[in-house]
Amino acid sequence: MKRISNLLLTLLLASPAYSQEVEMADRMRADGKIYVVVAILLVILIGLIAYLLLIDRKATRLEKKLDENRRS
Amino acid sequence: MKKSWWKILSVMLLLYTLVGGFLMNVPRLPILNETIRALYFHVPMWFGMTLMFTVSALYAIRYLRKPDRDDDIVSVEFANTGLIFGMLGIGTGMIWANYTWGSPWSGDPKQNGAAVASLIYLAYFVLRGSLDNHEQRARLSAVYNIFAFAAMIPLIFILPRLTSSIHPGSGGNPGFNGYDLDNNMRKVFYPAVAGWILLGVWIATVRIRLSLAEEKILDLEYEKNK
Repeated sequence: MKRISNLLLTLLLASPAYSQEVEMADRMRADGKIYVVVAILLVILIGLIAYLLLIDRKATRLEKKLDENRRS
Repeated sequence: MKKSWWKILSVMLLLYTLVGGFLMNVPRLPILNETIRALYFHVPMWFGMTLMFTVSALYAIRYLRKPDRDDDIVSVEFANTGLIFGMLGIGTGMIWANYTWGSPWSGDPKQNGAAVASLIYLAYFVLRGSLDNHEQRARLSAVYNIFAFAAMIPLIFILPRLTSSIHPGSGGNPGFNGYDLDNNMRKVFYPAVAGWILLGVWIATVRIRLSLAEEKILDLEYEKNK
């Protein structure tokens, strides 16, 4: 079964006409809705990175505190 | 600020990955269709995991050559972050496989290898958790870490290539380089790999700093009680 599907895949890839018929999200792009997806993912990524930055800063504060504690 | 240039670079690369990954052109391929974009997110997880586990194994060797508690901490935290990346790699792979292979788990050698490697690294944390003596824990787990690394590489990167596998890049299948990672995709894929790896290193370094601080607190308490 695997071999047959592999063979089919190879045959499909080999035919130049096929590449135009492959279904992609062209409509979604034309409607501009892809920007909604990108915007949502950007908000999540930026949010998580900002949170990581805050944790990073907290670690820095903790390190400073410990250094002061040690000296005293 | 000077020391954190690579963190800024990581953020820039990841923002670019997200925008470019969804908006730039990709090859039109049957079966994969639009899901080919998952390449920018699924594959960097494995690159990241491999790098983290490599750093972890190197610090394990360093510890065994000259025992230093800080090296042990670096080794553990990199293994920790590496395991998270591996889990995310398996999870994203299952979602992708469900769409392209027809089932989230088809017992493919690549999937099985990744699962076994994850279990081996999980056992590393079980081993650490079961030992109370710090030095013993550090020494035994450093030895086990080297074994785990030596098992992970063949399980994920060598064995699947030797048998029949439907995963791209193994078992007679060409990798993405072969036909569908065209120059357009490379423009996003390589920055994506760098960005995700840097993010992983960032997370690992924060964890290391917190662990080191914890150890210092324990030292202070010990001195006070003396």
